[in-house]
Amino acid sequence: MPTLTIDGIQVTVEPGTTVLQACELAGKEIPRFCYHERLTIAGNCRMCLVEQEKAPKPIASCAMPAADNMVIKTDTPLVKKAREGVMEFLLINHPLDCPICDQGGECDLQDQSMGYGKGASRYDENKRAVNDKYMGPLVATTMTRCIHCTRCVRFAQEVAGVPELGAIGRGEDMQITTYLEQAMTSELSGNVIDLCPVGALTSKPYAFTARSWELRKTETIDAMDAVGANIRVDVRGREVMRVLPRVNEDVNEEWLSDKSRFAYDGLRARRLDRPYVRKAGKLQEATWPEAFAAVAGAFKGLQGSQIAAIAGDLACAESMTALKDLMEKLGSPNLDCRQDGAKIDASTRAGYIFNSGIAGIEEADAILIVGSNPRREAALINARIRKRSLTGKVKIALIGNEQPVLTYKYDYLGAGAATLKDIAEGRHAFAEVLKTAQKPVLILGQGALARADGAAVLALAKQAADGLGLVKDGWNGFNMLHTAAARVGGLDLGFVPGQGGKDVTGILAAAQSGEIKAVYLLGADEIDMSKLGSAFVIYQGSHGDAGAKRADVILPGAAYVEKDATWVNTEGRVQLGRRAAAPPGDAREDWSIIRALSEPLGHKLPYDNLGMLRRRMLQLAPHFAAVDKLTPAAWGAFGTAGTVTDAPFVSAVADFYLTNPIARASATMAECSAIARGITQPKTGTHD
Amino acid sequence: MALLDRGARSIFLWELVKGLSLTFSYMFKPRATVNYPYEKGPLGPRFRGEHALRRYANGEERCIACKLCEAICPAQAITIEAEPRDDGSRRTTRYDIDMTKCIYCGFCQEACPVDAIVEGPNFEFATETREELFYDKDKLLANGERWEYEISRNIAADAPYR
Repeated sequence: MPTLTIDGIQVTVEPGTTVLQACELAGKEIPRFCYHERLTIAGNCRMCLVEQEKAPKPIASCAMPAADNMVIKTDTPLVKKAREGVMEFLLINHPLDCPICDQGGECDLQDQSMGYGKGASRYDENKRAVNDKYMGPLVATTMTRCIHCTRCVRFAQEVAGVPELGAIGRGEDMQITTYLEQAMTSELSGNVIDLCPVGALTSKPYAFTARSWELRKTETIDAMDAVGANIRVDVRGREVMRVLPRVNEDVNEEWLSDKSRFAYDGLRARRLDRPYVRKAGKLQEATWPEAFAAVAGAFKGLQGSQIAAIAGDLACAESMTALKDLMEKLGSPNLDCRQDGAKIDASTRAGYIFNSGIAGIEEADAILIVGSNPRREAALINARIRKRSLTGKVKIALIGNEQPVLTYKYDYLGAGAATLKDIAEGRHAFAEVLKTAQKPVLILGQGALARADGAAVLALAKQAADGLGLVKDGWNGFNMLHTAAARVGGLDLGFVPGQGGKDVTGILAAAQSGEIKAVYLLGADEIDMSKLGSAFVIYQGSHGDAGAKRADVILPGAAYVEKDATWVNTEGRVQLGRRAAAPPGDAREDWSIIRALSEPLGHKLPYDNLGMLRRRMLQLAPHFAAVDKLTPAAWGAFGTAGTVTDAPFVSAVADFYLTNPIARASATMAECSAIARGITQPKTGTHD
Repeated sequence: MALLDRGARSIFLWELVKGLSLTFSYMFKPRATVNYPYEKGPLGPRFRGEHALRRYANGEERCIACKLCEAICPAQAITIEAEPRDDGSRRTTRYDIDMTKCIYCGFCQEACPVDAIVEGPNFEFATETREELFYDKDKLLANGERWEYEISRNIAADAPYR
């Protein structure tokens, strides 16, 4: 353990720590541009120069390993002069266009030139100009501003695993480029915007629309996928201007997937901002009492078993609790939160969560991915697997219908349940790998479960977990990867068929046959609406998608950033989202709609505010009290053994960019999806 | 004696004579007032009057929507909305100044990196309704066009001191 002296402060650091990190431990701020704690060290900006005693010249602290008895000085005239010199060099070719730069106000170069620069320029010669590069519909480039820190290049190479950015030329002629002028083929491309210390890479959808200082920042939770990334939503007035990641080492580190980051323009489009009631075949605007009266009229005389409720992928735990309680009071056992029909067993919590935790992937030494394309279903979890695979200490294998590019090497074992069965019964070579591994992991995707024999596949996975030692003392490697933010919360709260109740498949079949006469869709858009038959459909949600089109009554709800709500991510981590903006028009927070509706239906729900509702949630699932923490689940029995078909496992997410109503309403996501699918739309006269 | 003196002064209306002589003495001095609105006093180049948005000589508007004036405005009288123009440049779609909120401090002019928003020499913009004092971008640009000669002369005159 090297001990070094920094400005007279003695610090002892781990071997392998750099001088820069040691300085931070000593509480000394070192300016830097190229150094980033999650990327490899480049050492090319030279901003982190510090003085080392007995060294002939200042040292780049980010690249210098801390050694015993080093004496470092960070506040001497030499260091000040070195920083001023480096800053002057960096500013030689940096345009002074801060007023039109979107980075202005939150720019590392601005801040550090204020803090460490000379304050005046001596440079009168011509500045360099660089052509802007095309990096797709998400990243706007102004390459003249680039200071060649190569953070973006290293991110693409190391974290995203798409070596599509690079630097060509040298010295003053160095340029960062995508080589082929193509969009980055990564789901994490938006992170280069955050990484860029200057305004060379900025957000294209956000371009010029707002300034960082005029935004109201709210820390909340993302609901675009089941990862539950921690986000900060920036709002101006009532409009969401951008979404940024927050640091949470256990969930998203500091990355965010493109869908979570850029789907926010979907929050403005196709919004349901007032109740609608279908009259004579047409949806007509209505008031809340009219809409409630229409629902009460339709429910009149119906027995509990003739009513059903389906919760969608974005539903929050609060609204599902309220709807579950309402359904209970109406006497209906027909409720389900698994709108894709996944045969998940809700009886054992360990059977439907990502037990090892997302951070647990970094300890895994064998990973078997079954029926999932983690890159599309949970891009941030895929980045974790890649991070682990870069250490070379893990063997990864995949079972699925295709062999997708997952940005890391894996063994392709087979297409369907037969291979899983071989592994579960120990006949497959990879079974041995899992068995001998210290911390083996099985990632079970929804693609393997959302099929008729899903319960049997789940039982096979359970058999594999038991037989191959995935669950041992202090380690549970049985991981279910969900695709919907609402799913684990719904399963935790028991938003599943009650005694004698029907699941999604059963509800749809019964609706088609006329057995079920009213269906309550809580933001459920992913089901086959044509199968609802002549049932009376109530759609509560935020966007005019498939469900609203079919609905007889539309109750406008709030989108995920517009309510104080709870989500449980795929790990079973309970996280609180906070209201960043107000829902548009007459739309209301979802739980309050259900609470208000319960009165006309004659079954008043016993909570008048969020606190009372959350107390009810704690009754249903006590672990909701442990916010932001992982509650280990006890291993138990789940799955129903049975015969499995040969059909291959198909990933639950076909198009990463268009998985939910908000993303489908987003123009940015539509453009990304078209590019990802290789479709370039013909440009009309209004395009440039 | 004092009684005699006071009596003489009051008989000969001495106070009146004294007062009138002061009055009439002003007939032979230069005038201090101006005949407003036909005559106006001189204005310094730093006079902070009605706002204007300027254009470049080629007709391009100067404002680049950096929002520094909006940020610095102590009365929060300025409202700006921006988006990329068709040619990709950063421009305002909305530039409003609420002249009833404005305190004419001139900070916006000082904050502006491109001399776009300025407080011109015009101080005669009283209106009959309140609404007329909610200036929008068109009004401000029109002001800029009308007062460009005076504004540019003022900026040039003040340039050595900035």
